[in-house]
Amino acid sequence: MTSFTLSREHEDFRAVVREFAAETIAPQASEWDRKHEFPVEAVRAMGDLGLFGLTAPEEYGGAGGDFTSLCVAIEEIGRVDQSLGITLEAAVGLGINPLQVFGTPEQKDRWLPDLVAGRALAGFGLTEPGSGSDAGGLHTRAELRDGSWVVNGAKQFITNSGSDLTSLVTVAARTGERPDGRPELSSIVVPAGTPGFVAEPAYDKLGWHASDTHPLSLTDVRVPEDHLLGVRGRGLAQFLATLDDGRVAIAALAVGCIQACLEMSTQYAGERTTFDVPIGSKQGVAFGIADLAVMAAGARALTYQAAAIKDAGGAAAEFKQAAAIAKLYATESAVTATRVATQVFGGYGFMEEYPVARFYRDAKVLEIGEGTSEVQRMVIARGLGLPVE
Amino acid sequence: MRIVVCVKLVPDATASRSFEPDHTVDRVSVDGLLSELDEYAVEEALRIRDAASEDGEVVAVTMGPQAAADAVRKSLQMGADSGVHVLDEAIAGSDAPATSLVLAATLRKLGADTGPVDLVVCGMASTDGTMGVVPAMLAERLGLPQLTYANQVTVDDSNGAYRVQVRRDSDLATETVEAAAPVVVSVTDQINEPRYPSFKGIMAAKKKPVQTWSLSDVGVDPAEVGLSAAWTAVVSAEARPPRSAGTVVTDEGDGGTRLAEYLVEKKFV
Repeated sequence: MTSFTLSREHEDFRAVVREFAAETIAPQASEWDRKHEFPVEAVRAMGDLGLFGLTAPEEYGGAGGDFTSLCVAIEEIGRVDQSLGITLEAAVGLGINPLQVFGTPEQKDRWLPDLVAGRALAGFGLTEPGSGSDAGGLHTRAELRDGSWVVNGAKQFITNSGSDLTSLVTVAARTGERPDGRPELSSIVVPAGTPGFVAEPAYDKLGWHASDTHPLSLTDVRVPEDHLLGVRGRGLAQFLATLDDGRVAIAALAVGCIQACLEMSTQYAGERTTFDVPIGSKQGVAFGIADLAVMAAGARALTYQAAAIKDAGGAAAEFKQAAAIAKLYATESAVTATRVATQVFGGYGFMEEYPVARFYRDAKVLEIGEGTSEVQRMVIARGLGLPVE
Repeated sequence: MRIVVCVKLVPDATASRSFEPDHTVDRVSVDGLLSELDEYAVEEALRIRDAASEDGEVVAVTMGPQAAADAVRKSLQMGADSGVHVLDEAIAGSDAPATSLVLAATLRKLGADTGPVDLVVCGMASTDGTMGVVPAMLAERLGLPQLTYANQVTVDDSNGAYRVQVRRDSDLATETVEAAAPVVVSVTDQINEPRYPSFKGIMAAKKKPVQTWSLSDVGVDPAEVGLSAAWTAVVSAEARPPRSAGTVVTDEGDGGTRLAEYLVEKKFV
């Protein structure tokens, strides 16, 4: 069992990100949410703080930091704005990581510096209208013709794929058929602005209003042959490797959500009075808030435990199990926590003038994205050796 | 250019603060942070270093109990190159004259040990004591020119020697003042926007050298500093009374008159 404690440097960094979030993000989070506005300047400021390059090598402008530091940043940004938390999570986990891990030196030199600095964002096009948890069932095709990949298909729910900052989307596609008849899957880098590559209008979402999420259509999109990412036919393995990290990062985002619920509820229950006493003196309210503290502590411990396993280079199976456990517990707790918090706020919890309503809307997707709760349970059960389908 | 920035750890104003039985501020059992006004000084020192044509160095200097080292650490995380912490039990309770005495002695030792200091940068005041006199006292003790309350600092190194020019903005005039280095400068909170330490900066700070000196290291007699040597004594200190509910004036057409009457009664007008 890998043990972990957050170092003094991680806690110092947490204090820095918390101060940055309070000054730069929190004052406008509600407005961005209400206007469904992707705040490009705030994203650039996060880039200036080095958040996108935390885990990237120094040669590309990164900090060469550990995965734990990224989780700290996601938690603290997510504590004030879940939309920007997911923007950071997706930009690093889905945008930068595949290039960093599987890219050729030429691909990295070309695309990583801007992504690492937060001057540009990359999306990862895996989900399709007809395939989600069954990622291998995707239908987008890429054919090699005259030295170019020609890509055709559609992608669904792709984060960071359609703003002025988007520089590319890594598209998962069928590139042929394997000897056993199953599709050969590969990843192709499609730069923004390539003819035939269209980010359709942004979704009207329940939450995460200030994040940039689009459906993509790809019609005879031609990119040079060297835009293949990693080894041809290794696409599925590449996606799966990406997802384990992403699960822990989403868990960190959920921890930020629970922490926000805990702090908002504790403050409000001390200020709001009914029957001449603070509502926090009522067990019905106070016990619910006590439960929030338990959820925050539990989710945080599981999340940083999983991150520590990755940072210590733990066994892949151990990390996969820890990641799924952290993601499942933290995200389901976050949904519960937002329900408890809105209840503490009573009628005001239903009003958009308090951030608690925004967190309530933002939390649900945590149980869905980067592997649904059902997928996490399947992964965990399989990790236990159960013959679950 | 060799720059020293003087920094102070102060109690976090957003947390609960208290006094010791001798009426000095409790600096041990409370959360501390680098005085916000000193962040501007650190930022300005870093900018001057980085804008210079030659390699420079920023040394962060502090004095105070063990925890005061956190002020140096934050400065190093922001980008300062090294630090000095004067740590000695006899320092507790020091007033501004004693503080400037210790800082002056520290700067002399720094100069003697590792080469002359060209520029000393201070915040315009601490956020706890808010006296704002230490920069002037420090300059006086070192026999250096003082350029205080700077809203802008420009260093000219074109003639082989540093000339430091500052802009002071007051209600009546904007003054431009300059002096040949070495000088002591104090900067306001209007001069720049202090940077956040990056994760890279935080990790790099771990490896930066910090020296801890005692009063005898810097050649100061303990009898000259501390509470017993202070030129002033705090006789009593009490927590501010809770804010009262105030007076509510309901406007029934005569609101303006009644507000004016209230102000006259309280001798505000």
